[in-house]
Amino acid sequence: MLTLENVSVSYGAIEALTDISLTVNQGEVVTLIGANGAGKTTTLRTITGLLEPKNGRVVYEGKTISGMATHRLVPMGIAMSPEGRGVFANLSVRENLEMGAYIRNDKKGIADDMERAFTLFPRMKEREQQKAGTLSGGEQQMLAMGRALMSRPRLLLLDEPSLGLAPLVVHSIFEAIDEIRSEGTTILLVEQNANAALQHSDRAYVMETGRIVMEGDSKQLAADPRVKEAYLGE
Amino acid sequence: MDTFVQQLINGLTIGSIYALIALGYTMVYGILRLINFAHGDIYMVGAYAGFLLATLVFNSEPSIFAFVIVLLGSMAIAAAIGMAIERFAYRPVRKYSRMTTLITAIGMSLFIEYLFVFIFSGTPRSFPQLIQNDNYTIFGSATISASQMLIFAVSILLMITLQYIIFKTKIGKAMRAVSFNINSAKLMGINTDFVIAFTFAIGSALAAAGGVLTAQYNPKIEPLMGIIIGLKAFVAAVLGGIGNIPGAVLGGLLIGAAETLVVGYGNSIGIPSTYRDAVAFAILILVLLIRPAGLLGTNVQEKV
Ligand SMILES: Nc1ncnc2c1ncn2[C@@H]1O[C@H](COP(=O)(O)OP(=O)(O)OP(=O)(O)O)[C@@H](O)[C@H]1O
Ligand SMILES: [Mg+2]
Repeated sequence: MLTLENVSVSYGAIEALTDISLTVNQGEVVTLIGANGAGKTTTLRTITGLLEPKNGRVVYEGKTISGMATHRLVPMGIAMSPEGRGVFANLSVRENLEMGAYIRNDKKGIADDMERAFTLFPRMKEREQQKAGTLSGGEQQMLAMGRALMSRPRLLLLDEPSLGLAPLVVHSIFEAIDEIRSEGTTILLVEQNANAALQHSDRAYVMETGRIVMEGDSKQLAADPRVKEAYLGE
Repeated sequence: MDTFVQQLINGLTIGSIYALIALGYTMVYGILRLINFAHGDIYMVGAYAGFLLATLVFNSEPSIFAFVIVLLGSMAIAAAIGMAIERFAYRPVRKYSRMTTLITAIGMSLFIEYLFVFIFSGTPRSFPQLIQNDNYTIFGSATISASQMLIFAVSILLMITLQYIIFKTKIGKAMRAVSFNINSAKLMGINTDFVIAFTFAIGSALAAAGGVLTAQYNPKIEPLMGIIIGLKAFVAAVLGGIGNIPGAVLGGLLIGAAETLVVGYGNSIGIPSTYRDAVAFAILILVLLIRPAGLLGTNVQEKV
């Protein structure tokens, strides 16, 4: 469904990604783990067209999408919950969800999907009219994910959804991820919480300083001594 | 007391015009963090567009119908010109530093001013009287002219419409989203270039309405008429809190009232009425010293 072919990306003179290749197949949950500054966010920003690769290309459902404007990828079925959540603090929770459905015009379908988002994250329902800026970090994360789902994506990119959240909230975020995948959405999940990410995914890639250093089945990687030592704190 | 009411009416009249122009500054700033120096000139362009339309539709018989056509026509023309400026002057340089865009805006301002001097010469033109400009007595002995009432009525109508667009329509919500976080907006599938162009269109149309309304009130137009009023409207936007829409309206009205009162009463407290134009800038200095965020401005803290 999504393939990165030998992608390199630079910020000015600094190369942040070097020769990255990865694949996400239809229906999978794939996770990308790695330490701070490894290049995970840069990878997602490149997929969504916020950055352009210097070399290589991004292919989605058979089409080269690198170089395309970000807003044109949403109607093709790509949505992202960005690092830091990126909710519109000056808009209400409901308006944030409406913005998630910006590309759609089917009023009925949008209303249904909003109900679905509220079922997935009941706390959003209680805070419907509240400004998103007044939500807690965990609630903002739920809103960012709910908002991304409002475009009915086929591929959902999540950038560190569990960052900075209490264990209980992390748990409900990962439950939501399982729920979203069970509805047939393909997910590329960036995480520093390698433990949870490996448990809730099919395959994984490990990044270090802009390169992919390991890849494989999530269960196998979780058992790999190198991964255990470097990322699972064992 | 009566002269006070009269001064206030006159001050709020000019203040409404400042407010209309300040809205464009504040909206563009909100979305691009750009001070669009050419915005005052769009007010002038609006007045000239109205002047040209008036010579087409006006048959010397005052009529509110002719006025409405001239007003809407000049707003549409200014909107198109505002979008063209954004598209061909600002968008190409937006990817460089903010300073580059700012300098481009200053250049654009001078370009518009001297293009109009070149086309229309610097000689003032007389704007035709499109409506019957009668005077009415209110509050005992204060007078208000029909053109002043028109300024109030049209300004209020436009501000209500703007409020509706920004808070109730899809494009308005997109404008607020883009102004808060442009990358998140792109990820929603929002064509942010279109939203930015739309913002320029609305701001320019409001400035043009200000130009036509002023020309009805004080029928002398000339190519450099947008400079001082543009600066004052900018001060109004800063006073209200740049980026804040109600703030722009409040700032405009306050500056209009303050400068008229200085003209009216300044002499008695030792401020000559010739200092009128200095009032706005004195206020600007005070705001920057005391409350840089402006009256209604807040430094929104982003939650991470
Ligand atoms: N806008 C930028 N300008 C310059 N360098 C940047 C920029 N954004 C990221 N970098 C650099 O690129 C490298 C990769 O950063 P990236 O944000 O992709 O890492 P990450 O894996 O997402 O880290 P984290 O887990 O902390 O979010 C880092 O060395 C970072 O300093
Ligand atoms: Mg990151």
